[in-house]
Amino acid sequence: MSYFSDIYHAVKSLLTGMSVTGKYFLHSRKGAITQQYPENRDTLKMFERFRGEVVMPHDENNMHRCTGCQKCELACPNGSIEIIWDRQIDPETGKKKKMIDKHIYHLGMCTMCGLCIEACPTDAIKWAQNFENSVYDRTQLTKVLNKPGSRLLPGVED
Amino acid sequence: MNITKNIHEWLFSLMPETTASIVEMVLIAVIYLAIFAVAGLYLVLLERRVAAWFQLRLGPNRVGYQGLLQTMADALKLVSKELTVTIKADKFLYNLAPYFVIVTALMALSLFPFSKEFQAFDINIGIFFLTAISSIGVIGILLAGWSSNNKFSLIGAMRSGVQTISYELSVGLSLLTMVVMTGSLQLSQIVEVQKSGWLIVQGHIPAIIAFCIYMVAGTAETNRAPFDLVEAESELGAGFHTEYSGMKFAYFFLAEFINMFIIAAIATTIFFGAYLSPFGITESIPLLGVFWFLAKTLALVFLMMWFRWTFPRLRIDQLLVLEWKYLLPLNLMNLILMALMVLLGLTIKF
Repeated sequence: MSYFSDIYHAVKSLLTGMSVTGKYFLHSRKGAITQQYPENRDTLKMFERFRGEVVMPHDENNMHRCTGCQKCELACPNGSIEIIWDRQIDPETGKKKKMIDKHIYHLGMCTMCGLCIEACPTDAIKWAQNFENSVYDRTQLTKVLNKPGSRLLPGVED
Repeated sequence: MNITKNIHEWLFSLMPETTASIVEMVLIAVIYLAIFAVAGLYLVLLERRVAAWFQLRLGPNRVGYQGLLQTMADALKLVSKELTVTIKADKFLYNLAPYFVIVTALMALSLFPFSKEFQAFDINIGIFFLTAISSIGVIGILLAGWSSNNKFSLIGAMRSGVQTISYELSVGLSLLTMVVMTGSLQLSQIVEVQKSGWLIVQGHIPAIIAFCIYMVAGTAETNRAPFDLVEAESELGAGFHTEYSGMKFAYFFLAEFINMFIIAAIATTIFFGAYLSPFGITESIPLLGVFWFLAKTLALVFLMMWFRWTFPRLRIDQLLVLEWKYLLPLNLMNLILMALMVLLGLTIKF
């Protein structure tokens, strides 16, 4: 006779569900996931996996890790990255070497797919967590990622 | 209450008897309309806040303190919106349908004993009248779905018909189970019986079963989740009120919430002693009856909101299996059990 046991199991599972939501209800004050955005702009921190825009981190000596290999440029499906490079004399070894002049990133064309960051062999570029990216003029969306006067960090190519 | 008596005497001294009683009825109707339009709005707000808390959100809290003016603003927006009609709609029925729904909802409100003297219409067939009125509402829904000339509306309306007609039985039978114990359909009489213990205590096991069945069937009667396949957003747009806009939509929306209040208020009156305080702690202050009535009703409304934000929607076959294979036979068994209990004097009385 499964009729009454069915009813018993139904009631039991319904009560289980209600206890779960009931716990949520009681903890909603502390555990609310809502961000009251414009007010908490100063304290709001986006989570690590958030894809805001591509940036190139520089250390305190204004050195980056980009070798100008152009793998990111090739990996980008819609041409958001342009690398302008030439061969310059490396001050340390005195040999001619490929160096980046400008790492140009078009945020306006970027779909945040992240293929460039996956393709980069030296981890020169990464995601930033900023998200207030709107500007009044779209030319401002074209960014040069390497800072003026920056150089390649020695030892990255090894 | 003294104020109402004074107004009553003043009206009858001012004009002939028939006119005075008509004026009095209109006055009471206007007061109820005003109170419950606002109460309905705040029920909407409550629903939204409670829903948010169940989902670990905050809910509307920007308009006014803690969002208290949010639904007022929404109502203002709905009033100012254009009333659209589809070309092929049956204009007369289309315009009539929302009033069916809202008027029946408001009519049912007049019966509830909010306190010993605050009851607009104490009819001797109280519960019968309530169940009858609440089933008229479905005609409004059917009319709305039919006259919109839209397949989604029609499907929604037909589902509503199936659902309400099925679950009407359970609501009626579970109330009948309690009537076996009270021996009267009049709501004031039922409250009088509960002076020696609320009916859910007096009737213990069968009363608790009846209460569970009533809450399930009552939730289905109001077309709320998990029985909201009438307006299942993912399948039917908005079901029977897909084609309605502005204030006409607001009528349906308000009626849903007032119906929820009615279902909870019936449960309060029948099972939880209406305006009687627990253990008779405030029986000396009759005005507090309103507080107790509303507190109990809101607790039950909260229970229905809890259902809504926990359970997934039933399929139409599951809906009918639940009613015809489970609730109805259980209800009939429960009715016999209750009758036997009353016959053998097994009820608990204080």
